[in-house]
Amino acid sequence: MDEKDELTSDDILETAKTLRWESVGNIHERLVEAIYTDAARIADRAVTRPDEEPRFDLDRTIDRLVTSRIWGFPLMLLLFTLIFWITISGANVPSKIIASFLLDKIYPVLKTGALGIGMPLWLSGLLIDGMYLSTAWVVSVMLPPMAIFFPLFTLLEDFGYLPRVAFNLDKFFKRAGAHGKQALSMMMGFGCNAAGVIATRIIDSPRERLIAIITNNFALCNGRWPTQILIATIFIGTLVPAHLAGLISALSVVAISLLGVFLTFAVSWFLSRTWLRGEVSTFSLELPPYRPPRILQTIYTSLIDRTIFVLWRAIVFALPAGVLIWLSANVHIGEQSIAEQLINILDPVGLLLGLNGVILLAYILAIPANEIVIPTVLMLTVMATGLHGMGSGAGVMFELESEAATLSILTSGGWTLLTAINLMLFSLIHNPCSTTLFTIYKETGSWKWTVVSALLPIGLGFAMTFTVAQVWRLIVGMIRT
Amino acid sequence: MKSKSNPASSLACETCPIHHAANLLKLGVDMEDWDFVVALAGNPNTGKSTVFNALTGLKQHTGNWPGKTVARAEGGFEYNRQRYKLVDLPGTYSLLSTALDEEIARDFILFGRPDVTVVIVDATRLERNLNLVLQILEITNRVVICLNLMDEARRHGLQIDHRRLARDLGVPVVPTAARYGEGLDPLVQTIADMATGRTVGKPHRIQHLSPNLKQAVLKLTKQIETVFPGVPNARWVALRLLDGDKRIAQAIIQGELGDLNDGVQERSAKIRDIGVEAV
Repeated sequence: MDEKDELTSDDILETAKTLRWESVGNIHERLVEAIYTDAARIADRAVTRPDEEPRFDLDRTIDRLVTSRIWGFPLMLLLFTLIFWITISGANVPSKIIASFLLDKIYPVLKTGALGIGMPLWLSGLLIDGMYLSTAWVVSVMLPPMAIFFPLFTLLEDFGYLPRVAFNLDKFFKRAGAHGKQALSMMMGFGCNAAGVIATRIIDSPRERLIAIITNNFALCNGRWPTQILIATIFIGTLVPAHLAGLISALSVVAISLLGVFLTFAVSWFLSRTWLRGEVSTFSLELPPYRPPRILQTIYTSLIDRTIFVLWRAIVFALPAGVLIWLSANVHIGEQSIAEQLINILDPVGLLLGLNGVILLAYILAIPANEIVIPTVLMLTVMATGLHGMGSGAGVMFELESEAATLSILTSGGWTLLTAINLMLFSLIHNPCSTTLFTIYKETGSWKWTVVSALLPIGLGFAMTFTVAQVWRLIVGMIRT
Repeated sequence: MKSKSNPASSLACETCPIHHAANLLKLGVDMEDWDFVVALAGNPNTGKSTVFNALTGLKQHTGNWPGKTVARAEGGFEYNRQRYKLVDLPGTYSLLSTALDEEIARDFILFGRPDVTVVIVDATRLERNLNLVLQILEITNRVVICLNLMDEARRHGLQIDHRRLARDLGVPVVPTAARYGEGLDPLVQTIADMATGRTVGKPHRIQHLSPNLKQAVLKLTKQIETVFPGVPNARWVALRLLDGDKRIAQAIIQGELGDLNDGVQERSAKIRDIGVEAV
């Protein structure tokens, strides 16, 4: 501010203030009005509309159907069930092929190779049984469902369906005291919660934005879909005749994600009536035109952006986790390995929740990335149940080319249908991954709300699994007697 | 164009290139190795990210719904041996509110002073899109309009006289269908012409202000121009002040329309405030 004359910047603000008081009426409205008038005039001069509107408007017809009071929700459920059904029934074959290749073909070659070059047993154990196997797990378990699910979901997004879902859900959000745009950040959360948290920036009011941030975790993310799909396939699909298996597994995944949506409303409602009280803002939601999805491009970008991205993240986190798991299973303190001791400590709590120590330990190891929960659970189960000793080779892992084999591993680890259901529930309702928590901290700038975002879902998860376990056991007990 | 000195703190320096680069640096734009900065603005869901991908060759994910891009994405392209940095701004309907995405877009265009601001316009919803265009034209005259989604406009039987539109707006208008790569070459050419100064815009300014508002704006504009000579969008600043825009008032007090990073932090602080109240 070197070259000021007699006027200063304070004078400008003073003048502005005076003028604002002098002018009659709302300046903001008048400005907007002026802009609209000019825009309308210019647009009118440039655009020639067709003489008559086309008699059949496809967009409007589709909209009337998918946002209809009666058909909106059934159609939504149908679409999502269809997507999961295609994913589940389509992923089986490639999963088996990849697993048998990585585990049956490559693994023995690596093992004999390591033996051949005289690699010490502990090193080959660490590198091959730890790092390689965990990575192979991640790839064979997660790649096929992701490679099918993400392109399908992206096609739906590209077509323009998601804003219609938001439109359908808007009235529920309003009733829950939250912002309607939360439907959009929730949609983003179905891809990745960290992205969903960033997406809440479209929400103007800090109160409603916080609600959206805290509840975003209830939207199942990329990292958790594979867990849901796999466990549903293994435990729930096998309850029914084979020709129904795909459909029933798909329905159970839909049920879990719907529970997530319901919890989003319930927790939003709770927050907006306790710590985050306030008015609901209004907004206008634009329903974009339906656009024919560009199929090849969508498959390409969703494979690169989502599938490979998630897979890469899983591998990056699975490598050190593999080392940790191997070490904890092979370093002994006293009689037992570290893993066994930890599992023994966690087991009572786990069993009380209808889970087990292995699952809880896996969730602690998987704080960096939900993607590795299932591989960690499987490896820990295999190691902890002593299905194989490290020296005699990870024999059981080789045969893991079918759901039946995975099922047999898990049941020998003491798993029941209750464990599976509660794992699905707990996978939905627990703390967000560390990336999301970091994003929440960056967006809110508050430790307090970051801690709330972590503890609220985990408390809810414990309560939910505990209740389910108790009720389940009560009913099972009653049936038996 | 590269930053050579400390950020100039006086508004008088606003117009010189050094200040401009310094401001962009503050906005987090790395100016190393770039000749020009091009901002992409527009309403949500008009295909900004598609245009961005097409120009940069990047494969940023696009989605058919409003509000997909809330942060800035950056990329670059080279044309006629000059390097352009492309900044994809969040889609907004206006620059008048305090939502974080609108603030990010507004701050970048106002304070970052990109060499060219390309406004992506949905040809099928021209009138509504022009609301944003007119606001941007108040801030800068270095604007190129990308009249996108021409394929959809044709499908709906709309005819758009883009030459007339260009005359009325006072800046170049390029019709495109970015999804199919249509019109992108002329778009790049037009951006380059605007960046290098071969084309000079004479933008439309908002006309239909009521008489007493017009007078108030005139009075304030004169004062702003006296205190900060050479500021190119004094009228816009005046309008914002009259509207009670605290962010602009703050920029006036600090004597520079500089400091930009606090857009996000400020919002975080607001959330923290609520947190405190809530406890």
